[in-house]
Amino acid sequence: MSTLTSLARALAAGRGFAQPVCTVRHVHIHERPLVFVPLALAGEAVAPLAAMAGDDPESPRLLVVAEPRDRDQRFAFAAELASVILPYIERHTSAEETVAGGRGRDDRVRFAGAPQVLVPNPDGIAFTRLLGRSTRFRRTEGEYAVPPSVPLLGRWLTFLAECAEHPGSCLLLAATDALALHWATGQSPVEDRSLGTIAGWIDPPPGRTGAQAAADAEDPVRCPPAGPATDPGFDNEVLEPRIAAVRAARAAGDERAWRRARSALAGALASQLQPTWELMWRAVALLRRLPPGGHVAARWDRDKDAFTAHVAHIRDGGPPQPRRDTAVAAARRLTWLEWVQASYAAQRALDDPLVMAEYRMSGEAFAGQVVAAESARVDSSGRKRVLRPHITVKTEDAVTVEPGASVTSPARPKQKAHVVSVAPAGGSTLVTVELSGGMGRGLTPPPGSVPGIGETVCYAALSDAYRPPPPFPEPENTPWTHGGPPPQYVPTDEDASEAWS
Amino acid sequence: MHSIETRLGRIRGKLPPRHHTARTIAALTSNPGCARRAVMDAAGVDKQRLAAHAGFPAPFGQSRFALARGNAFEAQVKANGAAELLTLLREHLRLPIPEAHYDDLGEVGGNASRELRYARTRSLLARAHACGDDAGTMFDHPLLRLDVGGRAAYLEPDLLAFRLREKFHVVEIKSFPVIDGQADGEKVAAAAIQSAVYVLALRAMLAEMGIGPDAVADETILVCPENFSNRPAAASLDVRKQLTVLRRQLSRLERIENLLELLPPDLTFDLEPGEDGTPTRPPGDLAAAIRRVEARYAPECLSTCEMCFFCRDEAHAATARLGRDTLDDLGGVEHIAQVLSLARGADVTAAPEMAEAAGLLAAAARLRGECLGEAV
Amino acid sequence: MSEGAATDTTARPASGETADPGRLADRAAGAVLADLGSGRHRGVVVDSPPGAGKSALVVRAATELADAGERVMVVAQTNEQVDDLTDRLAADRPALPLARLSAQDYVPSRRVARHHQVTVSAQAHDVAGYPVVLSTAAKWATVGGDRVWPWAIVDEAYQMRSDLLLRVAGLFGRALFVGDPGQLDPFSTVQTGRWLGLTWDPMQSAVAVLLRHNPDLPVHQLPVSWRLPEPAAAVVSEAFYPFTGFRAGSTPQQRRLELTTRAFGGSPFDEAVETAAASGWALYELPGRHTVRTDAEAVTACAALAARILQRGAVSYSGPAVDAAPVTAGRIAIGTAHRDQAKAVRAVLEAEGLGGVTADTANRLQGREFDVVIVLHPLSGRRDATAFHLEAGRLCVLTSRHRHACLVVARAGIPELLDAHPSTEPVHLNVPVKFPDGWAANQAVMARLQQWKVRAP
Repeated sequence: MSTLTSLARALAAGRGFAQPVCTVRHVHIHERPLVFVPLALAGEAVAPLAAMAGDDPESPRLLVVAEPRDRDQRFAFAAELASVILPYIERHTSAEETVAGGRGRDDRVRFAGAPQVLVPNPDGIAFTRLLGRSTRFRRTEGEYAVPPSVPLLGRWLTFLAECAEHPGSCLLLAATDALALHWATGQSPVEDRSLGTIAGWIDPPPGRTGAQAAADAEDPVRCPPAGPATDPGFDNEVLEPRIAAVRAARAAGDERAWRRARSALAGALASQLQPTWELMWRAVALLRRLPPGGHVAARWDRDKDAFTAHVAHIRDGGPPQPRRDTAVAAARRLTWLEWVQASYAAQRALDDPLVMAEYRMSGEAFAGQVVAAESARVDSSGRKRVLRPHITVKTEDAVTVEPGASVTSPARPKQKAHVVSVAPAGGSTLVTVELSGGMGRGLTPPPGSVPGIGETVCYAALSDAYRPPPPFPEPENTPWTHGGPPPQYVPTDEDASEAWS
Repeated sequence: MHSIETRLGRIRGKLPPRHHTARTIAALTSNPGCARRAVMDAAGVDKQRLAAHAGFPAPFGQSRFALARGNAFEAQVKANGAAELLTLLREHLRLPIPEAHYDDLGEVGGNASRELRYARTRSLLARAHACGDDAGTMFDHPLLRLDVGGRAAYLEPDLLAFRLREKFHVVEIKSFPVIDGQADGEKVAAAAIQSAVYVLALRAMLAEMGIGPDAVADETILVCPENFSNRPAAASLDVRKQLTVLRRQLSRLERIENLLELLPPDLTFDLEPGEDGTPTRPPGDLAAAIRRVEARYAPECLSTCEMCFFCRDEAHAATARLGRDTLDDLGGVEHIAQVLSLARGADVTAAPEMAEAAGLLAAAARLRGECLGEAV
Repeated sequence: MSEGAATDTTARPASGETADPGRLADRAAGAVLADLGSGRHRGVVVDSPPGAGKSALVVRAATELADAGERVMVVAQTNEQVDDLTDRLAADRPALPLARLSAQDYVPSRRVARHHQVTVSAQAHDVAGYPVVLSTAAKWATVGGDRVWPWAIVDEAYQMRSDLLLRVAGLFGRALFVGDPGQLDPFSTVQTGRWLGLTWDPMQSAVAVLLRHNPDLPVHQLPVSWRLPEPAAAVVSEAFYPFTGFRAGSTPQQRRLELTTRAFGGSPFDEAVETAAASGWALYELPGRHTVRTDAEAVTACAALAARILQRGAVSYSGPAVDAAPVTAGRIAIGTAHRDQAKAVRAVLEAEGLGGVTADTANRLQGREFDVVIVLHPLSGRRDATAFHLEAGRLCVLTSRHRHACLVVARAGIPELLDAHPSTEPVHLNVPVKFPDGWAANQAVMARLQQWKVRAP
């Protein structure tokens, strides 16, 4: 249940403007992100039509495919896109930083930064994934040779699209998702997938309400769709005749007519891309205005690690990503995704009281004043005498955590705590919590390490603690229940010659 | 039934009823709780024209590129007596098809009235069923018929009714891709329910010849382009669930009279076209008529129904407009204004049944206010 | 979910013979053990409807294998389940040395500690030589090295996720997989379609993946439910086990509920309790309304029905061999779909001094048994149905926990809600269709319940 975000939506509908659902930003925004706005031809798997890409809002690179059904032109598009994206990625491999190993591990080195690519919406991420899939297996020699930058681009696009599936990763972001994470509009989540309308709700032009701006954005003539799908009206009335003109000029061998036709086509496509391009940078600006949450940097560090590892994988000559996960890879990934998702949810709540409020509604977290504290309480039941303070919190929140549950406080995230008792007291609830850690080594807590009487505190049954992955069999030991070991991947001619028609 | 047909005709107006296709029959399952849609579909109203004239043209359009691609793929699959399809079914689905016959039922020697084509289809298929040996025959352009709400809907699957393992299999050709064995779930769902419509129609046809439903397989065959090429790939679709859903919705359609009884007898959506065909009915009048029949708008309508913008506008004050999950989260309170006043504790006239929702909303508002430092 | 697999080996009675349920069940169990002993198959699957004697079968299989000199590892999903099996096995064979492998912080429960032949240890190498070693799948998955058991018995295999099976399967050579295909599927909070269609989809159940890779394995059905009374078996079997079905092991005469005190005034609660005692089912229908999840009126009704059963002095009869027993608070449960609903019910129960009555979610009631169960219908008070609320497994668990009677509390309007439900679920290639369909199962159950409806004012 997400009563608070739904209430925010109702508020937005009532007020006519989007309402915040976060008090801090939970995504990392790069200093110079690369914005990528692709357009695809209707009816095909992934037939690129055009794109605008670049890390400078003032100078987008316009890429156009004059004949979208021509295989060679598709690979030429991919090569051109590679000439924009690959150098951008490459720039991040110059600076390095050292990461302290800690706890008996060596220090290691990773890149000091990582690339960030922004696309308009989840369909843009799907396009990126498919474009990566259609290019990463290509060969650079032989009968079906493509320029070497093409399979390399494919691997990077695939890498970015996979990272987009990881909760908390910011290497590839959809603008609509990032905006919807922080604001509730007065329309439905389905409608929020349109960049024009969600941006309209959040940041309407002067003199218009959010609702009005969103309604304006639904007119495909005023605000072309953010893609990759184009507006069918545009396709039928503008695109089709211009593509036909290009084809006719080429068939006739008329060089000048061909250049004119191509220029007209490029102009039409630019008219569909430019408004989205501008919207993308507006979205970046809107997100930048929010202060980053406490754990954003740590998550970006993980992205840097992933980026560093993938650069190494490519440099070491590793194979392109397989088409589907094998049994062991799938099981590993599921376990890892579950941990990452829980960790990301916990971090957002710990970073942001408004996100934490949702857990307070469901009773998994509670906040209130400390009404009693035994800050010097010692537990002598074990071999050693240890400091285990008790504090009692009086809260108006509904509480569903049970005695024994581990809880964390945003104010002291490194301090371990668990619930000792939960007791009703009139209309409120008294929760006693036992604390351990974060108080030094002695039997007297340093000032401030234990909440004092009158202090407002919050505890949540959430944890972003690292859980090492459980053991999995090696792929060659995939058991009979799961079909036995998978065959080794051997790149074949089929991969290279796979039709892209 | 006759009086129902008359009433539906009055509601529809002067234009003839829209023909049902597998797509529109399948769409009956997408929002069965909406009376407005049920009445319009039963009457065969052209929802696109209606919405446009009422001032809310539908956001749907078809790109000619997509159409061309679909036609080209279908033509390719069916070329040369569907040779490529046959190879596909033999290899990929391991169907034991020694020899194949190809029967184009579309050719009826010039004069092809629907009744004639239907009769020919029926007799050819019945004969195929009778001579058990005749495995591996592909029938192109069969014409089927299904009773939809008392009216016969002629269905022309642009697909082949194929016969193997003693059963007919409906084959559906679509041009969305299957990449590494996966395809878009919504598109496959649409293909599944459309092919289920054909299964029902084929069973109905064979039943007329005394042939039982087992003669048609519950599994249909979906043919799509493979990966990024034009080569076809085939996949099996088990449509038993879709058949259950369809049967239920078709039987609901037959009970349309219950709905009609609640409507004013003079209700009509007629556009009153002038001599040149342009509608002359005042849009406001039309809108008022439409509003006499209750709708059940949800954002999902935006991708499935031509009336969506009209109904969305009508529902601007309803919580349902924000999504089913949102409505659920807000305790089922139907009006946005009431949600807000309950949240603020300002609704003194609230009925006692609202007490729980009020408590929920007030608690949410309190928490939000506490975090943002402002009253909600 | 097995839907009439190719090698269905249900033991059916010879034609014309109205088989005694005991004989039917014995024959089925015998067939399982025969397949196990024949050594012809690497795995044997047993579909066990609710209360069909699954644990007894596991115990029997373990002892037969141990008798034959084989080392067996028993895999269950929760500590509770492991302890139950250990207890039963130890009681059955006091002379058989058993090992209970556990996590470091495990404290042996009383029912395990009281058996002296049970050794509890956290180290696999300490207990590898024992004839039978029992533990949770999670613990087994941490046992590394090249240790291999010739035999494994995997309990609740349909509720086990296939990625967990992947981590455990390397430990055994052959296995018996036992579970209930009709109950709740394993799930994950992760939302991804990445593995849909793969035969080794980690989010599918262990049995589903096992059978996709080994379709020739024999799949047995246990044909009799010893827990469910006859009226319940009829409804549950039809709705949730559409292809295989099962029957009750008792007749209505043998399994009864009687009320020993008279009603004062005859409220709808009384009528509902009387209906349930007479027919095994009751549908307590509140006026139709859209409500919040913790619908106070419905929650209160659930608690009130539990109270009324106790006040009316309900007594349960389970056939001539068993003494009649009063239905105490500990033998009554209230089942809900959501945790907050269970919590609300518990609060009302506490306030009424009925803390001994169990109130919990379907997830947590799985595997448990009571005399009388009251169900807060997952769709009650809802405006729209979601996949969660329609899930067949949920309603199956809630309606199959009882030995004597089940009372369903629901607001009016559920058939209409089901009727208006849009079918817009995505369909994925190469994913076997799961039966029963949640929507169809809900329809079937509501249709049957109408005849036992009591309307509340």
